[in-house]
Amino acid sequence: MNNIFNVGLLLSAMRLATPLLLAALGGLFSERSGVINIALEGLMLAGAFTAAAVTWYAGSPWVGLASAVLAGAAIAGIHALACIRYRADQVVSGTAINILLTGVPALLSGAFFLSTGSTPQVPKEQLMPYTPIVIAAVLVPLTYYVLYYTPFGLRLRAVGENPEAADAAGVSVNGMRYAAVLISGALAGIGGAYLSIGQSSLFTRNMSAGRGFIALAALIFGKWRPVQTMLACLLFGFTEAVAIQLQGVHLFGGEEIPTQFVQIIPYVLTIVVLAGFIGTSRAPRALGIAYQKEK
Amino acid sequence: MKLLRELLFPVIAVVVAFVVGGVIVWVIGDNPFEVYGLLLGSALTWPDGIGYTLFYATPLIFTGLAVAVAFRCGLLNIGAEGQLYVAAFACAWVSIKLGGTVIKDFSGAPIGYGWVSLPAVVLVPLAVLTAILVGGAWGAIPGWLKARFGAHEVITTIMMNFIAVALVSYFTQYYYKAPGDPIMESVPVGEAAHIPRLGAFVPGLPERLPLNVAFLLALLACALVYVFLWRTKWGYEIRATGANPSAAEYGGISVRKQIVLAMAVSGALAGMVGINEVLGYRYRYYDSFSDNYGFTGIAVALLGRNHPVGVVLAALLFGMLQRGGIFVDAFSVHVSKDLVQVLQGVVILFVAAELLFRGPFGRFGLLKRSKV
Amino acid sequence: MLELRAITKRFGEVLANDHIDIKVEPGTIHAIVGENGAGKSTAMRIAYGFYTADSGEILVDGEPRQIQTPHDAIRLGIGMVHQHFMLVDTMTVAENIVLGAEPGSAAAIDLAKASEEIRALSNEFRLSVDPHALVHDLSVGQQQRVELLKALYRHARLLILDEPTAVLTPQEVEEFFAILRRMREQGKTVIIITHKLSEVLAISDDVTVMRDGRVVGRVKTAETGAAELARMMVGRDVLLRVEKPDAKPGETVLSVQRLSVSVAGGERGLRDVSFEVRAGEIVGVAGVEGNGQTELIEALAGLVPPARAGGEVLFRGRDITKANARDRYEMGIAHVPEDRHRRGLLLDFDLSENSILGLHYRKPAVSAGPLLDLRGIRARAQEIIRDFDVRPANPDLPARALSGGNQQKLIIGREFGLNPKLLLISQPTRGVDIGAIEFIHRKLVELRDEGCAILLVSAELEEVTSLADRLLVIYHGRIVGEVDPKRATQEEIGLLMTGGGKANAE
Repeated sequence: MNNIFNVGLLLSAMRLATPLLLAALGGLFSERSGVINIALEGLMLAGAFTAAAVTWYAGSPWVGLASAVLAGAAIAGIHALACIRYRADQVVSGTAINILLTGVPALLSGAFFLSTGSTPQVPKEQLMPYTPIVIAAVLVPLTYYVLYYTPFGLRLRAVGENPEAADAAGVSVNGMRYAAVLISGALAGIGGAYLSIGQSSLFTRNMSAGRGFIALAALIFGKWRPVQTMLACLLFGFTEAVAIQLQGVHLFGGEEIPTQFVQIIPYVLTIVVLAGFIGTSRAPRALGIAYQKEK
Repeated sequence: MKLLRELLFPVIAVVVAFVVGGVIVWVIGDNPFEVYGLLLGSALTWPDGIGYTLFYATPLIFTGLAVAVAFRCGLLNIGAEGQLYVAAFACAWVSIKLGGTVIKDFSGAPIGYGWVSLPAVVLVPLAVLTAILVGGAWGAIPGWLKARFGAHEVITTIMMNFIAVALVSYFTQYYYKAPGDPIMESVPVGEAAHIPRLGAFVPGLPERLPLNVAFLLALLACALVYVFLWRTKWGYEIRATGANPSAAEYGGISVRKQIVLAMAVSGALAGMVGINEVLGYRYRYYDSFSDNYGFTGIAVALLGRNHPVGVVLAALLFGMLQRGGIFVDAFSVHVSKDLVQVLQGVVILFVAAELLFRGPFGRFGLLKRSKV
Repeated sequence: MLELRAITKRFGEVLANDHIDIKVEPGTIHAIVGENGAGKSTAMRIAYGFYTADSGEILVDGEPRQIQTPHDAIRLGIGMVHQHFMLVDTMTVAENIVLGAEPGSAAAIDLAKASEEIRALSNEFRLSVDPHALVHDLSVGQQQRVELLKALYRHARLLILDEPTAVLTPQEVEEFFAILRRMREQGKTVIIITHKLSEVLAISDDVTVMRDGRVVGRVKTAETGAAELARMMVGRDVLLRVEKPDAKPGETVLSVQRLSVSVAGGERGLRDVSFEVRAGEIVGVAGVEGNGQTELIEALAGLVPPARAGGEVLFRGRDITKANARDRYEMGIAHVPEDRHRRGLLLDFDLSENSILGLHYRKPAVSAGPLLDLRGIRARAQEIIRDFDVRPANPDLPARALSGGNQQKLIIGREFGLNPKLLLISQPTRGVDIGAIEFIHRKLVELRDEGCAILLVSAELEEVTSLADRLLVIYHGRIVGEVDPKRATQEEIGLLMTGGGKANAE
């Protein structure tokens, strides 16, 4: 039993936390500006597919990563346009993007690679197993700094809390929101890229497997703050690592340990936090509300 | 005139989605007209095309209704997926336990899973009721969390989806899987729990098609939801809460109660998917059987204007796409059935961003403000 | 300094500003007075770029300017302190002040510099406030100082203040006026929106009076008085006199004792209000809006959570303090709410469905079990439509499709149909055309003569004085006086309403 909990487990937890963290930080920008982003799942898929496909064509993971950033931002742009310009329900728009992105990569991979929803294997030397981890690690303090020490961060927080006040102070509410949602797409795109050209070597159908939603959970669990969100991601990554390690492990009685109960920990914790049983997690006040000047 | 107005946006959204999808198909290198011909044509053949289309539409009617009822109360139920899983499993559980399921192990010795073996007249209603009640209970939890603690139902239902999937997969894997079965599925339910396929009554419709009585139940559910929402005081209270909570409060309606009630009814409707799946189709609980029915239900409800009739129409459209998608997969060179997901995504996006269309059309006074 | 020329602004069907002309001289304090809804705030929000005018011109320093966003206004040296403060209360004072005009570079806000500048400004204008405090820990008075600093930090030469004294205690008002005078000495221009005449007289150099979306007068403060201003403010173009016989009050129906309602975060609300309403009389409550009328009516209708209410309410001798809205409805308390869009109607529902809101759960709306009697409901809706002259007379139309007056008649028809023992009615004729006003007034008198007790709240002085048999005046959550509406003059009541009554009495 004790050899299960070792250094390898912690490393694996960090690896598993990385895509969550990238997506969650992306979500943080979007949601702190007041735009709900349940499209993280779809944005990650966009990044994962683009990264794998472009890396395969271009032979360089850097080009792949850059394309993933652009793809994530482009899809996020659709979400932004729908939510900000056309004041669509942000949850519905996010759901639409998620459904769209279960289809688009599979459709494209079918067309370009004549496969059923996956890209060809990228050679091992063109993978990027560590860079995204470093990026994620750097992004946490960077996000913290941007959020609390730069004009951009100040305006971002103001727009998400009280858009009218920000407007009255001469800040362009919608401009800030567009920027924030695009950033969220870019970061989720990196998170997706890590899945396809970091953790594995190709894109497979629905490979994000709900990580976008766990990232969202981590964001809420982390109370929309960068450091707490990172801790939440590490916790959730750790539970996932434990679940993987426990798979197929038998207890003395010969019974398998059910990993399902470990897997649901992030979700149960999030509900518990949302219901206010552990502290309070207060969302940015203007979250989900399109800004309209003359009501 | 009113009907025209209601139909206009959905039709525009569908047309736009098909155009967008067509462009994608064209870019990929296939002929959009051929693909669409295949997609829609194969869904309309008799008996297979139509039979499967209706079969695929059945769960979507249930989930579409589920989302619509919640929406009428101002709630977005993203948890239909979880509700239908839990309900389907519970439905299978009752049909195994009370259906007297017995299977043979490797050596051929019988292993009993059931407690008793009830006759169909008792078992079927019981199994149906179980699906409804368990789905309803699972749906009521996020309702209660919102009413009591103000926890946003979108997040809680998403989280409950994952919890539901994990729980039922746990029970399937450790308690109700036949020994040695490599597939994640439960043992079969008692035969008394089977509900008839429509092929048994409809001339020309072969019984091998999985279209079953649950489809009629879905239509019945539509009628009942209509009556419930528009003809009963309960529905009035739910709709009033969704239309204007402050006014509902003024009218002596407890907004909190309505939130829990609407989510329970919503969950119950989603849970009825289990009847189609377990009692009418596979006769067992099959892990991760849902082809995103819960999420597609959101598209169905939005496209159907959150009205039972609209839900049926939208579910039929998506049922057709589902059926046709298989043929597109098989017979077109580049395009896969994933085109269906793309069309669905685009449809929702356009229905949600209704404002997009309102600019140019609004000037003609045709389109007044309406609550999406 | 600032001039608005022929500014017009419509919100849907409401003409909020109708060819407004306002001219503000530099270095003066200019008051804009008028009742709520007169269009003062709208005009100033246009000047600040929060709204864009449908037509008209804005001149700053004599030159025509485009002001599309607050950003434009700030650049032209205009600052505004809104009635509801525009502060992000999870952020610090300093962060709020520099927001949108941050010192330092894009990579880093120079918070030290910001604090220093803020301190310099606080000293100059004697606006002491801790730059590092979180806004939600501050009192409203302090928050207001933050708002002023925000404008000054942006080098505003013209400050627009929307109802600045509403949230202040009398001592704070004195302090505040000292600050304004200091600003004037420094060459700043100030526009102050208010409805309190005593303050206008105390602080301003010029006054522009607005009523019903129009400018009705402009005078030098030194050359006018409270009486003249009050008449300009509350006077009506059309005199609506209701002919009614004398009331024959019966037994006490409603008895309110020391009723208080607390409001989250504010000192406003309702404080220790006591009065009685008897059968067959109309008791009017006059007052400028926002002085506790909403809380009073909602508390009596059972719409305020018991935790927020104190005191005792007796209805026909029975204690109903803890009863909920439906129980009160059942006892015969009808309620016509002040905001029909927010409370009174389901705008997307048709008229039939709206005609049963509140009694939808029982006979006659319900026929058997939980089933609604749709035919019966429709027939009764048609009755209301006929008896109360609702147009267009189609029960299948959504309530949204009706004009304000017809919506109101529908609500009144629905509530009168209960044969109430007590009617709570608030702003009965707001946004209602003249014809409907007369109709509603007549119906109210009829209901009174049938023996119903009526509590009428209205911001229209003319309306309450002509309808009420007894008139209470409410100010800052308290009843500050009871007058005989037949004897009291508009000026007297107007002074009570604007907080001048007590000063006169003492």
